[in-house]
Amino acid sequence: MLAWTIYLSFAGALAEALLPKGKPALARALALAVAAVGLVLAVVGFATCAGHGRVTIADVPWVPGMGIRYTLAADGISLVLVLLTGLAAVAGVLFSWNIDERTNEFFAFYLALIGGVYGVFLSFDLFLLFVFYEIAIVPKYFLIAIWGSTRREYGAMKLALYSFVGSAMVLIGLLASYAMSGGRSTGLVELAHANLPVNAQMWLFPLVFVGFGILAGMWPFHTWAPTGHVAAPTAASMLLAGVVMKLGAYGCLRVAMTLYPHGMDPWGFSLIGIGSWRDVFAVLAVIGIVYGALVALVQSDFKFVIGYSSVSHMGFVLLGLMTLNQIGMTGAVLQMFSHGVIAGLLFAIVGRIVYERTHTRQLTELEGMHLSKRLPFAAWVFVIAGMASMGLPGFSGFVAELQVLAGSWKADPWWTGSAGVGIVVGVAYTWRALQKAFFSDMHAEAHVHEHGHELAAITWPEVTGVSLLLFASLVVGLYPRVLLDAIEPTVKALLAGGVQ
Amino acid sequence: MNYAELFRITLPETILEVAALLVLVVDLGLLRKAQLQTRLAVAALLGVLGCVAAQGALLLAPVTGLAYPGSSEVVLAAMGSTAVAQTCILALTVLTLFLLINSDFTRNVGEFVAVVLMSATGALLIAAAQDLLIIFVGLELLSLGLYILTAFAKSSGASAEAGIKYYLFGGMSAAFLLFGFSYLYGVTGSTNLHTIMLSFYSANAALASPLLYMALVMIAAGLGFKVAAVPFHLWAPDAYEGAPAPAAAFIASASKVASFALLISIGTAALHAFDGAQASTVMSFHMSCCPQKFVPGFMPGWSKLLIVLAGVSMVVGNLAALAQTSVRRLLAYSAIAHAGYMLLGLAFYSYTPRSEQAILYYIFTYGLTTVGAFGVISVVEKATGSDRLDSFLGLSKRSPLLAAVLLVLFLSLAGIPPLVGFWAKFNLFAAVLSVSTSKMALGLVALAVAMSAVSLYYYLQVLKRAYVLPAVDDRPIAVHPTTLLVLVLIAAGVVALGCFPAVLQNWISNFYAGM
Repeated sequence: MLAWTIYLSFAGALAEALLPKGKPALARALALAVAAVGLVLAVVGFATCAGHGRVTIADVPWVPGMGIRYTLAADGISLVLVLLTGLAAVAGVLFSWNIDERTNEFFAFYLALIGGVYGVFLSFDLFLLFVFYEIAIVPKYFLIAIWGSTRREYGAMKLALYSFVGSAMVLIGLLASYAMSGGRSTGLVELAHANLPVNAQMWLFPLVFVGFGILAGMWPFHTWAPTGHVAAPTAASMLLAGVVMKLGAYGCLRVAMTLYPHGMDPWGFSLIGIGSWRDVFAVLAVIGIVYGALVALVQSDFKFVIGYSSVSHMGFVLLGLMTLNQIGMTGAVLQMFSHGVIAGLLFAIVGRIVYERTHTRQLTELEGMHLSKRLPFAAWVFVIAGMASMGLPGFSGFVAELQVLAGSWKADPWWTGSAGVGIVVGVAYTWRALQKAFFSDMHAEAHVHEHGHELAAITWPEVTGVSLLLFASLVVGLYPRVLLDAIEPTVKALLAGGVQ
Repeated sequence: MNYAELFRITLPETILEVAALLVLVVDLGLLRKAQLQTRLAVAALLGVLGCVAAQGALLLAPVTGLAYPGSSEVVLAAMGSTAVAQTCILALTVLTLFLLINSDFTRNVGEFVAVVLMSATGALLIAAAQDLLIIFVGLELLSLGLYILTAFAKSSGASAEAGIKYYLFGGMSAAFLLFGFSYLYGVTGSTNLHTIMLSFYSANAALASPLLYMALVMIAAGLGFKVAAVPFHLWAPDAYEGAPAPAAAFIASASKVASFALLISIGTAALHAFDGAQASTVMSFHMSCCPQKFVPGFMPGWSKLLIVLAGVSMVVGNLAALAQTSVRRLLAYSAIAHAGYMLLGLAFYSYTPRSEQAILYYIFTYGLTTVGAFGVISVVEKATGSDRLDSFLGLSKRSPLLAAVLLVLFLSLAGIPPLVGFWAKFNLFAAVLSVSTSKMALGLVALAVAMSAVSLYYYLQVLKRAYVLPAVDDRPIAVHPTTLLVLVLIAAGVVALGCFPAVLQNWISNFYAGM
């Protein structure tokens, strides 16, 4: 049944492409319906499959001569991310309600992207996973280049090329592992059991990890992320930060770490404390956490603040993966979900609720606009979302980052200490953006009149979208067992199956 | 060999020739007063019927080859690869003829279709030829036709320029090829591919003479020209740019299939000449494939040459395409790059039919996509008067369906799944790595994959204009319904074959089953 999330999205994309032009209301309604049904399917799938190990959904030969199968399956990690995709898809449609230009094309690309993302999370054949992964790249380009804002063509092309270079690295890894394992199968399980030679894993692991890591915003390959996020229309930045970056992190875990576990073995020598690829990537993750946070602290564009905060938060995911222990990796998966929801929310506030009304994202200009009075809804939602983003208890971010830090302490206390700096700076940049955008200039009544016109009222899609995402973050924050029960056994199985 | 046998095995070629003459008779004799569009439709239809009849004859043809009397030396083969390549050539010729509909570059319709069919005859001969003489005759028959087709738009200076450039380069490369052939014959005393290959393995010291290596280089140069491999590619951008669209599509598709079928014949002959005793040693050499000095035979030197051609073509083709502003030249450079990928498959050639199937798959799907691309270009050219990148501005508004076709075809050329171009690349590179996973092979495959990442940039440049940038001219583009139907079918085929890659693959390997 989960497979229908994929088919439905692609069918929806096709239907949108064929819709007559000039009927935006119909296009919106159709997109919302498709996304909502997808979410329902994801929730039902989660409820029925979670805790049952790996559930095979479909498994038929695709190219029999080459051992390529159409294998869809779901385990705890996939289920969590499918759930996230469902949430982000619905919220994204709601926050794109104001797209009036080429509406049906917008939703066609949008739903194609969603279908690709569902596909990646559900594929258990590397070839199939790669196909879906690439399907997700092209629509992103068009979404940003056509409907984006600041330097959209540049941002879109940069994003497309970074993604494609990353996927080229993955493809080389796929071809090499397929050939070296005897060319019998591209199934993830089969390849993981193929026992590739250790020296091959030593170069395949970094190749594929970096290939996926580019999309996960791994420092120093993250530079597409802020420009891409800023250039993208709101829904696309929500999806980029919310689920597309997770594709990268998911690939790192599902492909690089599972197929080439020996790639993380020590090299046998160490250089300034770095003695394996695992150390290299953990250090890059920590640098990403701190660097992203510090850069976010000095941005003048509101959206860049959120863009760099995504780099910082995704650093936690990568750090969690590199801990190679139960608690750290569980935290990493939870952080994927948590960041997906919270980043989506923050981008929605900045890109849709604020920017569409004020037509500026410059913090210095927003300072004079008195937004806490004129847009109290946005201000209060941003306060809550900001708290979630800082990792305050009660929200999903807290549980996730706490677990990652606990895991990294077990692996190497230095990582924890350095990443902790990132959390502190995280509080600072959120606070700064919050204060500048919404709560500064409280006494200057004159500015209100200077800007003359009233800001448009908050609409129902905005309220619904915000509530959906906040609700998800709160539920997971207050009762993390919902997801942890699905994630923990899967991580345990992965660790036992040879990731370590 | 008796003439009945000769007639039977060359029945498809004969049918094409008859069809060519028939087109001439009908067009020049019966339709002299008719409208240009009527003549185009009739000539194209007759040509298509000829191809279909030839295809029918091909299916009925015997699977045995044709040999000289009193000898086991095969002149024309009827192997799996031959049948597949010939079918592909006929199919692509049919699609090319469809592009002719609604065109207006010439009034000499009958001649154009007749020359296309005669060139296709040459292509069919090349695909089957196992003998240097037949190879040369076939190549000349094909090439002479292509020179004429390139220069066919008599009112266009670019077309004449392209024709003369193509002709001069082509004449020179044919000379190189013939020169190489003459050395081969001089040293081995045979014009038969298999006998020549076998001589390479014999212990005769004279065979190690540098003459053979001269011959190899000359032949690589001659065939490198045909497939437009760097550094023999200089004619391609001009020919693609100047030739009338159907001619350019024919050069880029059917003619390419024939040239690669020839390269496949050479590779297969080289590896299978010694079937039996020596096979295992050569196989083990080939598995550890780093061409070594002391291993006898044709393949090591040939592999080295092809590796160089492949590597340089991939890099130069893709990088040069980045700088193009004419979509036709862009396609020419991308064709050079694609030839590079396929040469890689030929350089790491497998003893099993794996490699040849992968190359045939690639060249056919590539030809299909390219014919479609030229179809779109010719429509846009007709509406805007140019093939510059900027004439594609706003295509998605002016003709949404045409833009969608372009999107599918170009993304397929860039190798984006689930389109067929991706699968063809994957299959080809997997075949290369199934022969060898040496550093050399892995490095070249990595280079090829990296270069196809580069290629996305220039394909997106065209798509960006079609979909993203604002239109300068909003008027809808009228597309002839037949053209549109053919283009949509091609695009649908590209999607369907990409989603179900096993269909075409099984079809190809079925030809091998009975051999």
